Amino acid sequence: MIKFATDEWAKALMEKINESEAYAQAAKTWEGDFYFIIEADDKIPEPIYIYADLWHGKCREAFATTDPSAKEPIFRMSGPVRNWRRVIEKQLDPLQAILTRQFTLKGDMVKVMRAVKAAQELVNCTTLVPTEFPE
Amino acid sequence: MWYFDSPKIIFGEGALAHLEQIEGRRAFVVTDENLVELGFVKTAQDHLAKAGIESGVFSQVEPDPSLQTVVRGADAMADYQPDWVVGLGGGSCMDAAKAMWVLYERPDVKPEAINPIETLGLRQKARLITIPTTAGTGAEVTWAIVLTDTEDERKLGLGSRENLADIAIVDPSLSKGMPPRLTADTGMDALTHAVEGYAASWANDFSDGLCLKAADLIFRFLTRAYEDGNDDEAREKMANAATLAGLGFGNSMAGLAHSLGQAIGGVFHTPHGRAVGLFLPYTIDYAARENPLRYAEIAGYLGLPCASDAEGAGSLSRSIGELLGRLEQPLSLKEVGIERQALQERMGKLIENAENEAYTVVHPRVPTAEELERLFLYAYQGQEVDF
Repeated sequence: MIKFATDEWAKALMEKINESEAYAQAAKTWEGDFYFIIEADDKIPEPIYIYADLWHGKCREAFATTDPSAKEPIFRMSGPVRNWRRVIEKQLDPLQAILTRQFTLKGDMVKVMRAVKAAQELVNCTTLVPTEFPE
Repeated sequence: MWYFDSPKIIFGEGALAHLEQIEGRRAFVVTDENLVELGFVKTAQDHLAKAGIESGVFSQVEPDPSLQTVVRGADAMADYQPDWVVGLGGGSCMDAAKAMWVLYERPDVKPEAINPIETLGLRQKARLITIPTTAGTGAEVTWAIVLTDTEDERKLGLGSRENLADIAIVDPSLSKGMPPRLTADTGMDALTHAVEGYAASWANDFSDGLCLKAADLIFRFLTRAYEDGNDDEAREKMANAATLAGLGFGNSMAGLAHSLGQAIGGVFHTPHGRAVGLFLPYTIDYAARENPLRYAEIAGYLGLPCASDAEGAGSLSRSIGELLGRLEQPLSLKEVGIERQALQERMGKLIENAENEAYTVVHPRVPTAEELERLFLYAYQGQEVDF
């Protein structure tokens, strides 16, 4: 098991993304990097930023950091750890979670709204990482 | 966590006269030329005048309204400075009105960027009334906006919860005398909303009853409305059914028949209701091979044979096929008039459009790109789904 939102977890996610033929197909025209932000709470002392550089169906770089200025990604998706866990465990539909503001998403909405399938396959990749969440 | 959204709904014969009770100064009616010629726009303006509201009209909405039309209408709206926007017509007019209203309130927003994620801050300048003149789209009670990007040959699913109408006026007299083909197309759109709204993974306790009741009404009254446009009871029940189905799927989601239908519509300009209705049995059969339960529940509610989930889903699919037959609707893309070579040539675009619809990922069974291609080809031939 890999601890959630660690650098090791980010690298494992990158590996799963790059192994996924379904993601490669769905995101073949996607160009855009992300911060997936895990908000601070009683289990997470400070926000953690998972950076993922997603490009034409592959992940070119991924790491975890607590320094928000480490990169300037064009998309930022933010939520508490409990909601990330529910998405990764497929108990919460990520699109519904965004629509109900359980996550906030910032960036080019026109672009992201045209990439539903890629987003779904990306979530599928996260479910393949054997993840240990903070209790 | 989820939301249930609805405008205030005024329904039944004579509901249009509710416009006389509106308080305001200026209304801007978004509609099409056909409805101007039929006199519906004048009737609505007369009611508004009795409320002391002057009104202007934008009547250039085309079927499958384009981004460009919406920008033009929003400019006209900005010149008129209304405090009410009235979307009068079918789904195209109501969706165009929603989008124009957003641009009127927020000139900094591009129509293709209207989304449910960011706050728009509407209702600073005007509020929205929707008045359907067909019985199908449910656009009067949904916040969805479908616009066409003519350059990209794609229908764009847009909208924000904020652009839901304040008031929906569902007056069945407006759909009286609607031509049979339009009755069939729009009625099948409503049925597709009802079935897909119930089967979608976003379905919920609040949307379920609306979808079931809508499906029941449509099975009982659509054929009558098709065969006799002046059947008052059938028209009223279909008007109500379309709005119920709109509320149902609008607070759940549509499904794969909408993804495939809109993909076809974006490229071949097939009327929306005809396209989604055609795909409905195929997409039920496809999903039911893995996940028949929700379709079987609909079948059970409708009193169709339903000894097992699989039988129930099959009964529902067959009944829809029989309904399409009674309505003399095409049962295959070939019957729609699409050439096989044209379908093959545009297959990549069709698949790309269909798989990036949110409807696709909430369907009871989510297809791969290869399965989407097979569904298009099976629907072209009218072949029973066996995968």
